[in-house]
Amino acid sequence: MPSISRRVGRAPGHLVVPSPAAHPCSCGDNRPRHPWPRFFSLLTMLLFLCIPLCAAPEKHLSVYSTAANYSLPIVQRQGRDYIGLLELLEPLGTVSAKTDGLHWRLHYNNILGEFTVDKTRARIQGRDADLSAKFLMENGRGLVPLASLNSLLPRFLGGPANLHEESARLFIGNVATHFTALVAPEDPAHLVFQFTAPVNPSVATEPGKLHLTFSHEPLTAPASPTLTFASKTIPSAAYSEGNGAAEITVTTNVPLMAGFSNDGRTITLAPAKSLPAATVASKPAMPAPQNVQGAQSPPIPSSAPRRYFAVVDASHGGADRGEALSPTLAEKDVTLAFARRLRQELESRGISTLVLRDSDANLSLDDRAFFANTTHAAVYIALHAASSGHGVRVYTALLPYANATDDDRGPFRSWPTAQASSIPTSQAAAASVAEALKKGEITVRTLTAPLRPLNNIVTAAIAVEVAPPASDVSSLTAPDYQQLIAGAVANGIVAIRAQLAAAP
Amino acid sequence: MIPRHFFIALSILLAAVLGMSIYVWHMRGRAAATPVPSANTGPVVAPVAGNTERVTLYVAYDDIGILRAQPAQVPLPSVRQQRAEEVLRALITLYLDKSSPHPLPPGSDIRSIYLVDPGLAVIDINAAFADGHRSGVLAEELTVASLIQTLSANIPGILKVKILVEGRQRETLAGHADLSNFFDVSAINQLSSQLQSTQ
Ligand SMILES: [Zn+2]
Repeated sequence: MPSISRRVGRAPGHLVVPSPAAHPCSCGDNRPRHPWPRFFSLLTMLLFLCIPLCAAPEKHLSVYSTAANYSLPIVQRQGRDYIGLLELLEPLGTVSAKTDGLHWRLHYNNILGEFTVDKTRARIQGRDADLSAKFLMENGRGLVPLASLNSLLPRFLGGPANLHEESARLFIGNVATHFTALVAPEDPAHLVFQFTAPVNPSVATEPGKLHLTFSHEPLTAPASPTLTFASKTIPSAAYSEGNGAAEITVTTNVPLMAGFSNDGRTITLAPAKSLPAATVASKPAMPAPQNVQGAQSPPIPSSAPRRYFAVVDASHGGADRGEALSPTLAEKDVTLAFARRLRQELESRGISTLVLRDSDANLSLDDRAFFANTTHAAVYIALHAASSGHGVRVYTALLPYANATDDDRGPFRSWPTAQASSIPTSQAAAASVAEALKKGEITVRTLTAPLRPLNNIVTAAIAVEVAPPASDVSSLTAPDYQQLIAGAVANGIVAIRAQLAAAP
Repeated sequence: MIPRHFFIALSILLAAVLGMSIYVWHMRGRAAATPVPSANTGPVVAPVAGNTERVTLYVAYDDIGILRAQPAQVPLPSVRQQRAEEVLRALITLYLDKSSPHPLPPGSDIRSIYLVDPGLAVIDINAAFADGHRSGVLAEELTVASLIQTLSANIPGILKVKILVEGRQRETLAGHADLSNFFDVSAINQLSSQLQSTQ
């Protein structure tokens, strides 16, 4: 399994734990300070950090059927894997069971199964069925050997069931999802996976490898478990199964990013914006394709990455209202209006623009960064609005602390500092936008800010925070004020267009 | 006849009860003798043992959105970690004052500061501080820069800072300033210089 999974900009937990030596006795201080509250808060912190580490992995059977995909716990009895038969059939039809001494009678739709404790034979519709090991009963719950499912289930279901016993995956009926993997001849750095049904794997990276793990999809093996490609950057991929999941491991010598398209039926792996090998971001947690549909604004083009020059991000949205600018005015609504106006201004100047949030939906910061990165845009512009101060503030990323041992794994650069190599271009873009705003006689400042997702964006990235021209917050919604600022920001981007386009 | 071992056990228990009582009485006396610091007593912090020392506070001014370096006399203990806490409490006391240039929510406080070698400071603020903080990129970054710049200017050797809320990691202070990562003190130094001018 991957050594680094879902590195999503969270600080390494071990650094949060204060060393006991760091808070010596409170001698010489007359503030009431008892050691116990501190001790307990420390303990709470330690427990908080420990919980994910302490949870032992439980063995599960993944079940794929046309009715539902689900997962059930596997129990180990007498050195064999067992599964609760009633729980297994429950999502598939009407099921009930009765216990009578050592006998257990199970009705599934109109089929009757009769089982007896410690017997290796059962009767289904009056005919014998071999269980390969003893039937067990625990608190009225009938347990059958996992290995018996291949012969038992077709008798109940009247159709095929295919158990992959080693990997604990059970396929009921004709539910397989197949895939192909091809390197585009014109661009051997892009590997395109096509799936016969939508998929939503988790993505993890380790030096030289990218793992796609499919827990909820009936993904089946290709003709050969190892695929080789005529690509120097992505020489091969391998299919494997285990512990209720299928996994595709892609071997690569550059950091890759994964992009979804075609409603989750296509995954494109491509180098993370052709940055130098040592400075590229590893992929964050994968956004679920259904989130994209929920946002009513498909941020991912429908085929392999189509290049937008600019990505405009209306910050906040949905439950995240941003600042309450006034009792009736939420920041999220102002940013959306600004984003649409800015798109119009940019497009009218010949700059293709994607608005990341084009409705009142919320996208996580990771999703925003991921979409911005996978569109391969030349510039990312996040919009904020504020009631305090006047005019406009233009921000570039203030990168978090990073040192080689904490954050870099082989050729991968950590997600929190993905912006590092684009800082000069981002600052040039911010200066250009500020210059254009000044020309429009708008008060402007350029600053850095610890503002996600700027630090996660691999391309030039700025944030524009719009405050009212004077003290009246309602002027944030005034069309001419919005127009003035959107026009100036667009002018600033146009002025630096060539430099942005030429940036690596 | 009471068995001998039972008598011994009883004596030990009684001695323990007596010992605990004396200890509790002693602790109660200590707590009662400690003056409770009032929350909003002006720009000077509650008195602590030790000499007052001249420190530099980096104070946020919302009206023009800047940080200003401001000298202050703060009574400082000798232990490094407590000095860190007192310096930041002096800053917060100033922000909680009626004439605050950068108001913080009532009840805002630093729960504790952990100094972990090499170069890490963990500032644990309370829920009132974060929950009631105004939202906005500049409003939040003024608070963060003010805290970290004041801390690092007065306590040498801090390279990175983590801000926790009630001992836990939080994504942002109030919707903008990222608290999920470690702050790079040298980057905050540069930001603080930017914030000291309105340009
Ligand atoms: Zn905002």
